[in-house]
Amino acid sequence: MIPSASTALEIAILVPLVGALLIVLTGKRPNLREAVTLVTAVALFAVVLRIMYSLTREEIIEITLIEMLPGLSLSFHTEPLSILFAAIASFLWIVTSVYSIGYMRGNKEQHQTRFYACFAIALSGAMGVAFSANLLTLFVFYEVLTLSTYPLVAHKGDEAAKKGARTYLGILLATSIGLLLPAIIWTYAIAGTLDFTPGGILEGRIAGGLATVLLLMFVLGVGKAAVMPVHRWLPAAMVAPTPVSALLHAVAVVKAGVFTITKIIIYIFGLDFLVEVPTERLLVYLAGFTVIAASVVALRQTNIKRMLAYSTISQLSYIVLAALVLAPLSEIGAAVHIVAHAFGKITLFFAAGAIYVAAKKTEVTQLSGIGRRMPWTMTAFAIGGLSMVGVPPTAGFVSKWYMIAGAFQNDNYFVLAVLVAATALNAAYFLPIIFRAFFDTEDEPPQKDHGEAPWPMVAALTTTAALVLLFFVFNGPVVDLEYGILKGPQ
Amino acid sequence: MLPLIVVAPMLGAAVAALLPPGRLPWLWATAVSWFMLWAAVGLAAQVMDLGVLSYWMGGWAPPIGIEYRLDPANALLALLIALLAAVVLPFAGPSLAAEVPERKSPWLYAAMLLFLAGQMGISVTGDAFNVFVFLEISSLATYTLIGLGRNRRALTASFSYLIMGTVGATFFLIGVGLLYALTGTLNMADLAARLPDVAATRTVHTAYAFIVVGVCLKLALFPLHLWLPNAYTYAPSAVTALMAATATKVAIYVLIRFIYTVFGPSFAFGEMPTVQLLVPLAIVGLLSTSVVAIGQANIKRMLAYSSVAQIGYMVLGIGMATATGLTAALLHVFNHALMKGALFLALGCIAYRFGTTQIDTFRGLGRRMPWTMAAFVAGGLSLIGVPLTVGFISKWYLVSAAIELGWWPIVAVIIVGSLLAVIYIWRVVEVAYLQPAEDTTRCEAPLALLVPTWLLVGLNFWFGIDTRVTVGIAERAATLLFSTAAGGAP
Repeated sequence: MIPSASTALEIAILVPLVGALLIVLTGKRPNLREAVTLVTAVALFAVVLRIMYSLTREEIIEITLIEMLPGLSLSFHTEPLSILFAAIASFLWIVTSVYSIGYMRGNKEQHQTRFYACFAIALSGAMGVAFSANLLTLFVFYEVLTLSTYPLVAHKGDEAAKKGARTYLGILLATSIGLLLPAIIWTYAIAGTLDFTPGGILEGRIAGGLATVLLLMFVLGVGKAAVMPVHRWLPAAMVAPTPVSALLHAVAVVKAGVFTITKIIIYIFGLDFLVEVPTERLLVYLAGFTVIAASVVALRQTNIKRMLAYSTISQLSYIVLAALVLAPLSEIGAAVHIVAHAFGKITLFFAAGAIYVAAKKTEVTQLSGIGRRMPWTMTAFAIGGLSMVGVPPTAGFVSKWYMIAGAFQNDNYFVLAVLVAATALNAAYFLPIIFRAFFDTEDEPPQKDHGEAPWPMVAALTTTAALVLLFFVFNGPVVDLEYGILKGPQ
Repeated sequence: MLPLIVVAPMLGAAVAALLPPGRLPWLWATAVSWFMLWAAVGLAAQVMDLGVLSYWMGGWAPPIGIEYRLDPANALLALLIALLAAVVLPFAGPSLAAEVPERKSPWLYAAMLLFLAGQMGISVTGDAFNVFVFLEISSLATYTLIGLGRNRRALTASFSYLIMGTVGATFFLIGVGLLYALTGTLNMADLAARLPDVAATRTVHTAYAFIVVGVCLKLALFPLHLWLPNAYTYAPSAVTALMAATATKVAIYVLIRFIYTVFGPSFAFGEMPTVQLLVPLAIVGLLSTSVVAIGQANIKRMLAYSSVAQIGYMVLGIGMATATGLTAALLHVFNHALMKGALFLALGCIAYRFGTTQIDTFRGLGRRMPWTMAAFVAGGLSLIGVPLTVGFISKWYLVSAAIELGWWPIVAVIIVGSLLAVIYIWRVVEVAYLQPAEDTTRCEAPLALLVPTWLLVGLNFWFGIDTRVTVGIAERAATLLFSTAAGGAP
């Protein structure tokens, strides 16, 4: 039985929740519990594909669950950007689940039921964010995502984990309640609606200077996008187990952030309106600064995961930056980079986790010669790293291409300079690691004799590395789909 | 029906006092509270259909006789009192059996019913002196109830509340007396009609000052709140829940009634510096007591301080002197009762097991009492104002009202207040879920306590998602309070 598209939309949000419930119920029997996780993940992806299918046939789906406040409802819809985010999140959930099983068992972690259940709830939150039809719905699920990931970040339960989780929750809640919510209420006060509408809802209703303030509140209020100075939670959350880092960095959390910002720029402000706001430039500078500053900080990190965290901060601001360039091609670049970065970064984190499980190594300096012991892992790491730099034939090149094209479209040479400089910096911190892993000789005597990590982990990271390469060739469908976001008011 | 809702608990109290000690007084009081709920629902429905209900005591026409008068504003309040009573009384049985000696139970439940009679009386009466009478009835009952706490400090807490409460009631009486001397009437509607002619006199100004200060003592507006933390901390758990949920709310209602109906907004906000008085006190109160709450070691006392802070929000809404602000205040009266009710009931479960609510007791409770702690977290989220809970709805309206007025600093204050709530709630959550307990046996509270607790938690979410009832009544009440003020007599 194939459900109708609007039912599929409801199912997409419910599937992970039901999965979470079943995971809790089957908690006593790990094999069954993991099977539930995998089945749920696959089912969710299938449902998202079903929704994608109807979108390609230009069926318009919109459902309203309930009217929360007069004129404000919990409702969902589909559009190209949301389907992209949903597809990425649900697909990577499958891969991450396979990987988690290897990681959690390999490390003999505690509280695994709580882990899988919270993971599923977080995915439900991500689906809600993806398909929300207005800012209120988006905010609701944004907070679901924040709260459900807190136990994951605090998973280990020791002092460091608690401290990191506190920072994580503190910054995300403070920014969302402190800036995002007032921005939403303000938007409602001036526009009288919060629906995502092609062409935006704010044009002609707010003066240029105030529009910049509002946009700033949105950009900083969406703390998940980690634009400086609200980026501190991301390195703090590095205390979490690696699958959680993957969830944060690639599957759902930061993607939800940049997705939200892109969506607000396109569907709340509208490109045509923002182009006329002169001070919008300030935000471009802020995002550009984040790209460079985070890369410089990453250059100085010795802990692999911390380095990757700062790399994420920089890569996220690529997306925000591209969205703020306001050229049609750069919006596509932003959307494509959500995919490209997801594939690349998840590979890198999977590799970092595999190194930790197999060799208990966490520092860059310990990686000398590890490429010979873990060839699959380190090859995948190299591919992921090259994608971050943006070298062909990787996914990172595709998005960078569109971003640069967009910058030319608007003659925005600041953005161009930032992109070039960031590429150089990325190369400066990824290439030495790859070199060290494959061409340096191992410390004598080796601290621990080891091979590859457990096979589910290797399988997962090989898959995502392959995707990084494949996306370079087969990016057509994604790009075509995303041209849909450029359609003006219907 | 209208007088019955007051008469039933009052006569019920006499009956309860005559019953033999044991379970019988409790069952009787519960039955009476359920009758009150049934009556209150019926009355609220009638008010929504017919507008204003009026009942003349003994058939004497107002303004000579005493009038009971129900409009949307006090219908909401009556519903609230009855609802909380109907949920807390079933909880009170097992909870108070553990905290208060059995031989006192007839008096205990008699006092509880008298308290309810007083509260209900204040909310339905249309007579200013009658308000004082019922205020004293409920206050005297409260002093008794607080004094029943098992810690001996309950007696001093009760005594200091007695002093402060009596001062407040006396101030109120002086004010009413002055009005009577000037106008020769005690009926609120009649007062409202006659006061504008004499509004310029010093007597009316003095009366207003006495009434506002007296009521603010009862509702524990900062800095007149000093009686509240001790009273809430040392009273038996069920009593605290009932008091926190209803007593201060009724005082808030009296304030609204006198400002908007009796004196009228044009007098209260035009001639008297009400805004300049209420708004700064509300702000300082909500910020300072939130900070104080963070430092409390006893969680019951922490929530007591949080209550004072939340009262700040309500007074802020009243002080805004707009229909939206008043709607926000009325909504928060209702919503805060739900969240504090749920939180204090959860604490009651913990006190039932451990006899204390010190933060050390909470170690590892997330595993030992999963349902209780989940209820606490849910109530806490509502207090913070996370979407899908009632707290979010109140905050939404309050922030909207502030934006409408262009009071940007107030928006910031409301938000900082929410963030402080995050800190004090999360402190408990961390201890409960992340600190290991020495004794790890499960000791979940009995079902008789959990069901009422979860009922209130459920209502927190229900009215957070489906806001038709609460927002509907609150909006109608606010518009009515404003329109009657403009048109003289209601």
